Amino acid sequence: MDTGIEQVKENPIKEITTYTDSRDILAKARQQADERNFDDIFIADIDSHHTETESWREIIAYIDDPVVRAQAEEMVLHRSGTPPYGLNGDLALRYQDVGGRIPHQAARSEKVDESEIKKVGHRDIVLAKRAYEAMSIDIQVVFPTPMLFLGMHPQFDMEAILGKAYNRWQVENILKKDPKQKTMMFLPFNDPESALETIEEFGDAPGCVGFMVTSVRYKAVHHNHYMKVYRALEERGLPLGFHAGYYWQDPFMMQINRFGSMHALSFVWCNVVHMTNWIMNGLPERFPGLPVVWIESGLAWVSWLMQRLDHTYLMRSSEAPLLKKLPSEYMKEMFYTCQPLETDHIKATELTFEMINAKTQLLYASDWPHFDFDTPSVIWDLPFLDEESKLNILGRNAQRLFDFSK
Amino acid sequence: MADLYVGKTEEFGDRDRKIIAQGTLEIGVFHVDGEFYAYENNCVHQGGPACQGKIINRVEEVIHETEKTAHGLKFSETDVHIVCPWHGYEYNVRDGRHPGNKNIRLRPFKVEIKDGEVYVVV
Repeated sequence: MDTGIEQVKENPIKEITTYTDSRDILAKARQQADERNFDDIFIADIDSHHTETESWREIIAYIDDPVVRAQAEEMVLHRSGTPPYGLNGDLALRYQDVGGRIPHQAARSEKVDESEIKKVGHRDIVLAKRAYEAMSIDIQVVFPTPMLFLGMHPQFDMEAILGKAYNRWQVENILKKDPKQKTMMFLPFNDPESALETIEEFGDAPGCVGFMVTSVRYKAVHHNHYMKVYRALEERGLPLGFHAGYYWQDPFMMQINRFGSMHALSFVWCNVVHMTNWIMNGLPERFPGLPVVWIESGLAWVSWLMQRLDHTYLMRSSEAPLLKKLPSEYMKEMFYTCQPLETDHIKATELTFEMINAKTQLLYASDWPHFDFDTPSVIWDLPFLDEESKLNILGRNAQRLFDFSK
Repeated sequence: MADLYVGKTEEFGDRDRKIIAQGTLEIGVFHVDGEFYAYENNCVHQGGPACQGKIINRVEEVIHETEKTAHGLKFSETDVHIVCPWHGYEYNVRDGRHPGNKNIRLRPFKVEIKDGEVYVVV
């Protein structure tokens, strides 16, 4: 007898928490991927993260300096609260998870069996694999998280000490074991000599597809000290990325009282300053073969800065004598990761895509597992893109820019 | 139109929920302050599992009525939100609407209670 009443299935996960499996958190991303046949296309994610402090005991073992390494081991093993030795930054001013409302940002405390770790080689790989398979991502560029503050470290040499240790740990424990994960190696930019050594040591490392400067720093990118670093990258054909971050102690940012405000401004401001110096000092003319990638500032800033710099340059070209064309023309030859993609004013988004020549210059990025991550559907579902542009942005542009065979 | 059987009313504690599925359609059924509400488990923002997020009271800012000075934050005594765990979009559990844009709304479904049993009308 038809009662008009249908039986249903019940999803046992009532609430997603920090203990929920990544595959359950991203079940709807998997559904989106299936509906859009993402498994049939190449998707490269040019910005994702792990929380390297969860592996800090392993990382400090790779510190060169025996005295610093001994200090680090002593602190990590015996000090109350086990702080991650050597790291600076706002370790307790990180409200990205909005008071527990976005749990995957806070922690991924999901169950991982020892057998899974044994199979792939590291817990981080288990977690990454769960996420990139859910989103149908074929290649994922992974970056650290708390180390993004190291450019502001008060101890001059610590950026290089920890940066090199992290790079070595990442090569041995992640990149050699998972061919789907790549990185733009951490570049200790405050010390150009160490930066050069880092390029020498890791330029040919497995999974190294470029080098990354953490954008939060007060060192001007046009300083003469850096020219040998840019030349070394240009000669090797390795892209240079500027990964954005926030800095609450910046004198102007100290007026801000909410993390959302910090996120809206500081993640953009660092790259606005570096881009402006990069253009006005003619670095694209000096290193025409060096691809530059601007990471995790979204896109809205680019069209704004193009307008500001063109307007200024045309009145004051004598201050930027190396330029042979408008600042915006150089900027549309650079590369940008899309996340967090601002889509709430869709006409502005469309215009920005046009201004940056997104069809060839834009690179999909998830920023997983952070609070403002974007699934590949964010690009796929844009109403103004043709299919070729979607395929380019999701993977083909990155395939042309990076050597993923390493 | 079909009635989907969700369960008995007594199975729901206060601020409790069930996530039910009929094919690919997932619906969150909420029990808050003695009332039942149902919404598609699909965030308007990026299609995240909005109904599987935190249930938490709306945050309000305490402003002095005449001086307009700020005196901190507090939780609302009346408005209850469900928060999408993907990116934090918040929706009022009573009407499914975002507090800052009433047009951003979870797809609602009618809930019927018959003889102590909860049904969602699809």
